[in-house]
Amino acid sequence: MPQSADGRSPATADPSGAEAARRAVEAVWRIDSARIVGALARYTGDFELAEDVAQEALAEALVGWARDGEPANPVGWLLATGRRRAIDAFRRRSARDERYALLGRRLAEGGASSGAVEPPERADEPPWDPDRVEDDVLALIFIACHPVLAPEARVALTLRAVGGLSSEEIARAFLVPVPTVQARITRAKKTIAAAGVPFELPPAEERRERLGGVLSVLYVIFTEGSTATSGDVLLRTDLAYEAIRLARMLAALLPDEPEVHGLLALCELTAARFPARTGPDGEPVLLEDQDRRRWDHSAIRRGLAALGRGSAAGRGLGPYGLQAAIAACHAVAPSVTETDWDRIVLLYEALGRVAPSPVVELNRAVAVAMAQGPQAGLDLVDDLAVTGRLSGSHLLPTVRGELLTRLGRTTEARTELELAARLCGNARERAVLLRKAAALSADRR
Amino acid sequence: MAKYMLIMRNTDESLATMMSTPFDQMLETVGRFNEELIKAGVLVAAEGLDDPGQGVVVDYSGEKPVVTDGPYGETKELFGGFYLIDVASKEEAVEWAKRMPAIPGSKAEIRRVPGIEEFPQDNEWIVKERAWRERTGQL
Repeated sequence: MPQSADGRSPATADPSGAEAARRAVEAVWRIDSARIVGALARYTGDFELAEDVAQEALAEALVGWARDGEPANPVGWLLATGRRRAIDAFRRRSARDERYALLGRRLAEGGASSGAVEPPERADEPPWDPDRVEDDVLALIFIACHPVLAPEARVALTLRAVGGLSSEEIARAFLVPVPTVQARITRAKKTIAAAGVPFELPPAEERRERLGGVLSVLYVIFTEGSTATSGDVLLRTDLAYEAIRLARMLAALLPDEPEVHGLLALCELTAARFPARTGPDGEPVLLEDQDRRRWDHSAIRRGLAALGRGSAAGRGLGPYGLQAAIAACHAVAPSVTETDWDRIVLLYEALGRVAPSPVVELNRAVAVAMAQGPQAGLDLVDDLAVTGRLSGSHLLPTVRGELLTRLGRTTEARTELELAARLCGNARERAVLLRKAAALSADRR
Repeated sequence: MAKYMLIMRNTDESLATMMSTPFDQMLETVGRFNEELIKAGVLVAAEGLDDPGQGVVVDYSGEKPVVTDGPYGETKELFGGFYLIDVASKEEAVEWAKRMPAIPGSKAEIRRVPGIEEFPQDNEWIVKERAWRERTGQL
């Protein structure tokens, strides 16, 4: 590492020095926090403690680096500080245990917990075991997404422990108060400890299912970031890119899992449309009306490459891979009419079989309408309406209204669009629906 | 997210060190660093340049461009190659540069690469460039 003698900048009192130190700490933290927390968790065998001491080390760095300059080996510094705090914690615990021991209680546990943790602290030690650190990061991802946690706790803990985000950043991204996020993370760590979840990779027989849980957490983070209709648009886009970064990390750690590549592809291909999906005043622009020249073509290329890796595994595409394949059909099409709708119909059929859902069926109906005409699509929508599985949602009357419009059945179409507007919770979408309904009335006059 | 270029600058001294390093060893060192960038999901592109002695310099100080063979002679800090990375901040770009297995004597310059979206979108040449980037998959 090219660290020169001036690696330690002189102590400085001006606030820009403190600001520079904060940014330097954040940069190191962003790159290496998962490995630091992972290595500490393996070292202590205690995920809750590891996360706590990692945060303590981070807080000390923010103060210490501003005062003394950035250390020559920032990651080594953070890890060594975390370890020292962990040893302190174990000493406190064993002291307490010895007191208990004097009282004649829990003698055995106290002795065991103090004996197992003294580390050989050597200066030339690498910051972590290169053969183990990848498994440690994977174990960290699995524990943060553990099924004993509530879904919102998994999201918060993953962003904190794996993504290295602060409580403030998570709170801003999810539009919730900072104390709410802090409480959620504290509670999540206590739940992991209370449930006795070990810090290790899930056993082979549970691995596939647990991986599905991890992917759904990443996808929730992505979709939260990609719904730009509320809150600060830019911040939420950052959250979507955070999910993509985590998906890339996971894809590098598990290169043989097709669905990891599928999820990454889906996120990249969806994010590729971000620059085109809102108009000048922030209003949503539908796929069919988007200026495709504004799509991020390097994201499309990365998405197609990830989809290719997912397909190349030869185990068939899962739900994420299939959705990515559908997104890919749109991504490579020059326009709506030149889209391979027959292929999209097939992909929705496959998706409906591996991940049945009324929304998938509704999307399939839209694709059928594009491939075979509005009547064929309407028949499917009507079949779906009979089942009542989408009653109360604005999605079904929205699609029905669109198809009836295309069939020239304007009176029925207007009724459907007005129903959709009443059911729709989003003000901007509601305005679009009412405008469409009003346009139909005007046509008839 | 923003793109940054890490511009590698060699000196005669660092170039000589590089030439005397066994090729396999250099490939492994650089390869490990590249793998770190890939795993972190930040690497966009990277290229290294051929021997500066094989280069050509075109000088525009006169009325007509003057062409001379050989290395760029005005400075000892020869441009040797680049990394293009997509990161959250300038500090993160700097942190990656610090981790680069650079040869003693060499330097890296870190510069932000503005995206095409930062140019006026209705300028006809920007429209054309955008179209070219789309066709060729350029960044």
